[in-house]
Amino acid sequence: MAHEHKLAIFQGLVKFKSNTQKIWGVLIFLTIVTIIEVVLGILKPESLMAKFLGMKILNWIFIILTIVKAYYITWDFMHMRDEVKALRRMVVWTAIFLIIYLLFILLQEGGYVFDVYKDGYIKRDF
Amino acid sequence: MSTTVVNTGTEGKTWGGGSQPLKASYGKMMMWFFIVSDALTFSGFLAAYGFSRFKFIDAWPIADEVFTHFPFLHGVDAPMYYVAFMTFILIMSSVTMVLAVDAGHHLNKGKVTIYMFLTIIGGLIFVGSQAWEWNTFIKGDYGAVQTKGGNILQFGEYVEVDGVEKFKRVAIRDFVAVDSHKERTDHQRKNGLWFVDEGTLPTYTVDEVMNGLEAHSNVLVRTQIINEAGEKTVLSRAESLKQIKDNGKLVVEGANLQVNEYGSPLFADFFFFITGFHGFHVFSGVIINIIIFFNVILGTYEKRKSYEMVEKVGLYWHFVDLVWVFVFTFFYLV
Repeated sequence: MAHEHKLAIFQGLVKFKSNTQKIWGVLIFLTIVTIIEVVLGILKPESLMAKFLGMKILNWIFIILTIVKAYYITWDFMHMRDEVKALRRMVVWTAIFLIIYLLFILLQEGGYVFDVYKDGYIKRDF
Repeated sequence: MSTTVVNTGTEGKTWGGGSQPLKASYGKMMMWFFIVSDALTFSGFLAAYGFSRFKFIDAWPIADEVFTHFPFLHGVDAPMYYVAFMTFILIMSSVTMVLAVDAGHHLNKGKVTIYMFLTIIGGLIFVGSQAWEWNTFIKGDYGAVQTKGGNILQFGEYVEVDGVEKFKRVAIRDFVAVDSHKERTDHQRKNGLWFVDEGTLPTYTVDEVMNGLEAHSNVLVRTQIINEAGEKTVLSRAESLKQIKDNGKLVVEGANLQVNEYGSPLFADFFFFITGFHGFHVFSGVIINIIIFFNVILGTYEKRKSYEMVEKVGLYWHFVDLVWVFVFTFFYLV
């Protein structure tokens, strides 16, 4: 069976000797990221509560770390790293484009509805 | 690479369908197609959750105050530890799955069997944990009063912890007594209108809560509104009494699809729907894994000289893990 695995992660910074080793390496990395998320979620450092682009910096960190985790799950557990470029782009870019579009529309609308309730004539706090 | 034994006679004929530009088998491609569409379904749900949250951005429940339980640790405030544990279980079972796939590439039947088995166990632990999480959420903790406008009023008191005044929640059962004189029986089909049902009555009525609140001068009301400090607003004593008296309509214990003691009912609706849909995916994943597990034991893939089926199921299983990573972030962290 001609199953070739690319064994380097972090842009070639870390190279593994075998596929099995890479799997454990990625597990350790994902665990560290999850631990960071949980610790931040419990401590909620005051310095990260400032807003950046309409959202708390802490929340941005959570979302970025989530995408990092998603990347390594897809690339190493689902072997996206070993697929040809065309398949990878078909799957990843389609999803990412549609999700960003949907998120933008819905979150924008949600914020608008909030403003209508807040500044408009509709009363809900009675 | 080819897993099928059929020769179509098109090999090498580019315009006859003979070339495989994506170098992936039909089954794997279809699994990827399914995953993309399922990912879009889940993003639809999560985006709808985001919509509702943005709509009620100043009154959304704070996840740390909702999910604070850990099995066997009663009364201990342990936000997030349990979901972190669940996340780890799912990532772990993803690892055993990918190890099974790897063993499959080496046609190592014994190892595939062991790793598939561990994957199934991980999946079962996860589904069980989710059931526990649901149960805790449905049962509720402190109870609350719903106003005529559908807002939630919770109770608590200021206590001093290490010299700092802190707001601590008080459960309704701790300061409200049932007034036996005014007991109202539950309406049932056999003792009233036969075509109308009534849900279970709450343990307490709003009047009883009002009496309890008047008798305990330390108890205050907390509204849904989040203030500048990122905490829920606590009303003054006079305001608390006034709110319950004027606006209190229904005592809420726990959460279901209609009411939710933690805050907006939408929060509970989305929680049930999204984690339920994900849990259903995990459940079906476990079933599929079990089927594949038995196929491995029976030697089906040994005979085929290809464990690609394990790989395809693995893709699905990893996808379930991937979705959970996002559910974890948007329900528990952000």
